[in-house]
Amino acid sequence: MININRELLLEKMKTSPYKPMKGKIIEARMLTEKEKFFKIELEDKIELGHEPGQFVMVSVFGFGEAPISVCSSPTDRGYFEMTVRAVGSLTNKLHTLGKGDVVGIRGPFGNGFPIDAMFGYDILIVAGGLGIVPLRSLIRYIMDNRSDFGKVDILLGCKTPQEFLFKEETKDWMKRFEIKLNCTVDRADPEWQGNVGLITTLIPGVDLNPTRTYAVVVGPPIMYKFVIVKLLEKKIPDHQLILDLERRMKCGLGKCGHCQIEGVYVCQKGPVFRYSELKKFKGECHEKAV
Amino acid sequence: MKYASIKKEDLGKWLEHMKKKARVYVPKKKENQFIFRPLHDVSEVCLKYIPTILPPKKYYFPQKEKLLNFEIEPFKTSKAFKEFEEYILFAVHTCDIAGIQCMDIVFRETPEDPNYLNRKDKMTIIGIECLEYCDKYASCASMGNHEPRGGYDLMMIDIGEKFILHINSEKGEGLVRGVAYIKEASEAEMASLERVREAKKKVFKEEFAAPLPKIYEAFDKLFGSKVWDEVGKKCIACGNCTAVCPTCYCFDVYDDLDLSLDSGTRYRIWNSCQMDDFAKVVGGEDFRKGRDARQRHRYYRKFKYPVDKFNRYFCTGCGRCTRTCMSGISLIDTVNALATEMAWAEKAH
Repeated sequence: MININRELLLEKMKTSPYKPMKGKIIEARMLTEKEKFFKIELEDKIELGHEPGQFVMVSVFGFGEAPISVCSSPTDRGYFEMTVRAVGSLTNKLHTLGKGDVVGIRGPFGNGFPIDAMFGYDILIVAGGLGIVPLRSLIRYIMDNRSDFGKVDILLGCKTPQEFLFKEETKDWMKRFEIKLNCTVDRADPEWQGNVGLITTLIPGVDLNPTRTYAVVVGPPIMYKFVIVKLLEKKIPDHQLILDLERRMKCGLGKCGHCQIEGVYVCQKGPVFRYSELKKFKGECHEKAV
Repeated sequence: MKYASIKKEDLGKWLEHMKKKARVYVPKKKENQFIFRPLHDVSEVCLKYIPTILPPKKYYFPQKEKLLNFEIEPFKTSKAFKEFEEYILFAVHTCDIAGIQCMDIVFRETPEDPNYLNRKDKMTIIGIECLEYCDKYASCASMGNHEPRGGYDLMMIDIGEKFILHINSEKGEGLVRGVAYIKEASEAEMASLERVREAKKKVFKEEFAAPLPKIYEAFDKLFGSKVWDEVGKKCIACGNCTAVCPTCYCFDVYDDLDLSLDSGTRYRIWNSCQMDDFAKVVGGEDFRKGRDARQRHRYYRKFKYPVDKFNRYFCTGCGRCTRTCMSGISLIDTVNALATEMAWAEKAH
């Protein structure tokens, strides 16, 4: 029979893992037509204490809860940030909220980017569309601990120039000499002066030493398949190829079942995986290169 | 005292005695099927029953369970905790006890689920050992769950005019201690128990075409098998199989607003991996498209993934999924088809 420690149980029930903390929106602004940026302060100004790449469950009572990536670095103290695209009922409701409004926050959940393992390596970051949102937490972390890493290359891709997020910040990154940043769009507009073409077209041009490089890729499932092939052609080892997956999630605790890929709960083992782990899946991982 | 005995005619008295201590849930007849319900009248209790429509999971993992109350303005959440009463599950089959053990593992794994643990803490289980098959759908012998394997407080075994009670916990002992008509089992009664168990060995035979480790191997090798296409073609994605499964625990979380619109309740409700939108993200990508893939997932969550993770099969052999399936998908047939394919593949080598 299982022995349940009553006191411990009561203590746990008081702080149920399903009970959200209070998160006050201290800044909110639209980044594009569809994405809104939020800066959030937790009750009693406690730190979220996340790793880059982790996510939180955001509640708007009456509308439910959804997993949202944290886009600030743990080195940003006193608050955390997230960027949300309005796609469902909860995210549309979130878009109506602004400074002073309160949301529920649970987390942080999951495994973030393996920053400790990446220490001392060259870093290649590949961000497609909304992929820049979780990657921003890593980029900001790297910036704040720049001397811990080798060469840093960032590749950004979007469908159109209007869809770029964090435009001002990106411009600052471009000006910095210790990182190299390259952008591309699938379809240009008259003002666009940069590259045109899929993000995969930027990869062959990157000068890298594969065994010394961690490649971190975040984007829509369709992008992974093609980017992974290009990076493997560059001889990046499987275990140094890092991906961040999106899945439906309801609990964040490895119980509700929605995020499962074969035997693995993405909310616990992921959302960040090494390609060497994803490769083992037999057929349920859509991001796996064919 | 390790083994006790009670005369069958005293069972009613004993139930009345337990009813005073806690809420008792018992198997009862409902039309031509059976269900667990609270005990009112001891004459309604059915000790000879085929697995109930729903397993007793409805009591420790309810279909709809409150996670918290909330107020929107100002933001407030209530303590998500409710004291439950002690309750007794009476005459639970060994397959369903195995199901409870599976759920224990899942919800005790870090991060623990306090809602489940709280209900489990109040539970007392009195099992009953099956001495013959319920029907042709059971695969409990292959799964090794036709015999008691722990996980209960008391186990009842029919030895004719009496039941032997195996006492397996202090909680269980508490229910027999000081009850005048329950006595320590005599040597003669223990000998009858031996005879009953011997006779049972002739009744229960492994239902699968291969032993369990072979079945596991088949699941390991045959992810891409045509068997899944065929199961997928039959499946109508109703989700009945997962609702009645004693080890299915997937859930959804949703908010219910009060009429005032400024407060409400957050619930979790049973959900099924067989539903079309189960693994669909809001952007439209469906990560488990097709009934074939979803059925395969269900089977793998019984015979492969939990074995890798917990070293435990999550099929209890109760047969409910087959009994309830509207399109005649049979667990035994599916598993045997895999075993046969595996045997052919090995021969071909």
